[in-house]
Order: sequence, then structure tokens, then C-alpha cells
Amino acid sequence: MEPVYLTFILMLSIFVGFELITKVPATLHTPLMSGANAISGVTVVGAISLAGTGQQDLANWLGAAAVALASINVVGGYMVTDRMLAMFKKKGA
Amino acid sequence: MSGLAIQMAYVVAAALFIFGLKLLGSPASARRGNLLSAVGMLLAVVAALLDQGIVEYQWILLGFAVGGVIGAAAARLVQMTSMPEMVALFNGFGGMASLLVGAAALGTSTATFTLVTIVLSILIGGLTFTGSLVAWGKLSEKIGSGAIMFSGQKIVNSLIVLAILASAVMFCLQPENLNWLFLLIALSLLFGVMAVIPIGGADMPVVISLLNSYSGLAACAAGFAVNNNILIVAGALVGAAGIILTQIMCKAMNRSLSNVLFSGFGSVKTTAT
Repeated sequence: MEPVYLTFILMLSIFVGFELITKVPATLHTPLMSGANAISGVTVVGAISLAGTGQQDLANWLGAAAVALASINVVGGYMVTDRMLAMFKKKGA
Repeated sequence: MSGLAIQMAYVVAAALFIFGLKLLGSPASARRGNLLSAVGMLLAVVAALLDQGIVEYQWILLGFAVGGVIGAAAARLVQMTSMPEMVALFNGFGGMASLLVGAAALGTSTATFTLVTIVLSILIGGLTFTGSLVAWGKLSEKIGSGAIMFSGQKIVNSLIVLAILASAVMFCLQPENLNWLFLLIALSLLFGVMAVIPIGGADMPVVISLLNSYSGLAACAAGFAVNNNILIVAGALVGAAGIILTQIMCKAMNRSLSNVLFSGFGSVKTTAT
């Protein structure tokens, strides 16, 4: 894919990201941080494409290690966020 | 599944991430937002698995199993009061994953544009990893939570930055010489430590938020390195949202971001005089 096209996507995503976060109450700072952190584990998708090439080379091993690390980020991130938010709900009720 | 269907799945996943982040910003819908973005992640992972380039699944499944079990166990077992350092730790692993993806992409292309994006994913991923580890150590009081300073710290840090720039340029010029790659990785890891040790424990949540933004940018850079749209979009989203959130958190403490980041250096000056 063309670098220019990818850079367009990058620019638009950054603007969306800036616009998304407005007037967040202080209690939600940590869960929001944690939730966004889980999304940054999306690098698992890139790792999958490297780990599944079937070539037993260095890139393959690095990809597999990256899948493991990114999975920790994704699974742990979403679960921790959910736990935090579940606690808020109980307090509010 | 054809390439087009996979790309469309990525578009839907990106939309779910955006909605998820939006809903996370208000108390009533926050939990739904988190769930929505988790569904988006699942969709992106399934789409990636169905790619025709994937011919072998055992390493992927092994990675999932190891990472999933560790992540789930850590998320379940952690005390409510130690949530922020857990987030920091997860964040560090995400940064390391981006570093590995960037390094592994080296075999695919030696175009200058790709090399630059590889440098960025290694640099940002590496400093996110060690920076997050230090933040985790400080918050969980595995290491002293105070600001760690020594004389000449500014000079040391400037030298590291210069060395990073030099090794990045050399790497782009001679991608076949792996020593530059290793040097770059080592310097990035070192820089992450140096950037976070002068910041006091009370300021750690802001630092973690900033590192979270960095891990998004690292994923974004890795996305450029392996030509993957969803990595670029989701990474940039997290990067931008993380920066804004960091600013909001600073404002809530009546401080500026630079004040938080360089407070350690400032107190060196005040203790010296």
C-alpha cells in the first residue's frame, strides 16, 4: 500500500482520537486509560501475520513472542478495565 | 476469506474502537464501551487469522494461550488498589510486542520508508517497555518511589538521544548490519529507564497515561512497518486519545505536562542552590 494513503489514514485517526476525549469525569481517567491501553494491544494483529508465515525463521519466532506479549496486553487490559468499571457501578447503586 | 473482506472487517473493528472509546468517556455507558471495543478487537484478530498468508497456526495459538492465561490471571488476581501499576505492566508488554513486530518486519522490505517506521516502532516500543516497567516498579514500591537523580543526568540523557539518532541513521543506511539494530534496541530500552526514573511516584499516573499514548504510537509505527491498516488506525487513536487524557490529568492536578516530566530535573536545581 502507498505510504501517502497510509499517512492520510494516520492523520484522520489522530484527529478522531483528539476529538473523542472531551470532558471526561476524573473518576473515569484510570478506566479510560486502561481501556485505551487494551486497544493498543492491537499490535497482536501485526504479530499474527508474522507468526503464521510457516517459515521457521527469526521473524517467525519474534512474531510468536509478540503474539504472546500483545495477548497479555489485550486480555489483561480488557479484563482489568471491566473489573474497574464493575466496581464503579456497585458504588453508584 | 478474501483480502477485501478482511479489510472490511478491519474497518468495522476500527469503528467499534472509536465507539468504544467514546462510550468509555461517560460513567453510564463506560462498561458497554469497553465491551464494544473488546468485540472490535476480537473481530480484528479473527480477520487477521483468516488471512491467506497465514499457513501455520501452532505458534499463534501457543502465543495466544501463554499471553491469554497470563493476562487473565493477572487481571483476576490483582488487588483493586494496585490497578494503575497493573495497567502500566500491561502497557509495557504492548510496547515490547510492537518492538518485536517492528524488528521482525526488517526481513520484509528494505525501502527507506519501511526502515524509518521500523526505527520508530523499535524506539517508541522500547522506551514504552522499560518506562512502563520503571513506572510499575515505582508504584508497587519494588523500587524507591522517589525521583532518582544524579549529577550530570541532563548530559547523560542528551548523549543517549544523540546516540539514538546516530544509530537510527546508521541503521537506515546499513540495514543489513544487525549491530545497528541491536544498538538501537539497547539504547531505546535505556532511554525508557532514564526518562522515567527522575519522576516522583505521585506523578506516575500521568506518566503511565503518557506511556499508554506512546504504546499506541508504537503500534501505529509497527502498522506502517508491516503495512496493516488496523494497526495504524487503532494505534493513532490510542496515541491521540492518550495525549489528550494525559493533558486532562495534568490539568486536574493544576500542572503542565512539562512540569510533570521535568520536575525531577527542576528539583536538582533547587537542592543544589
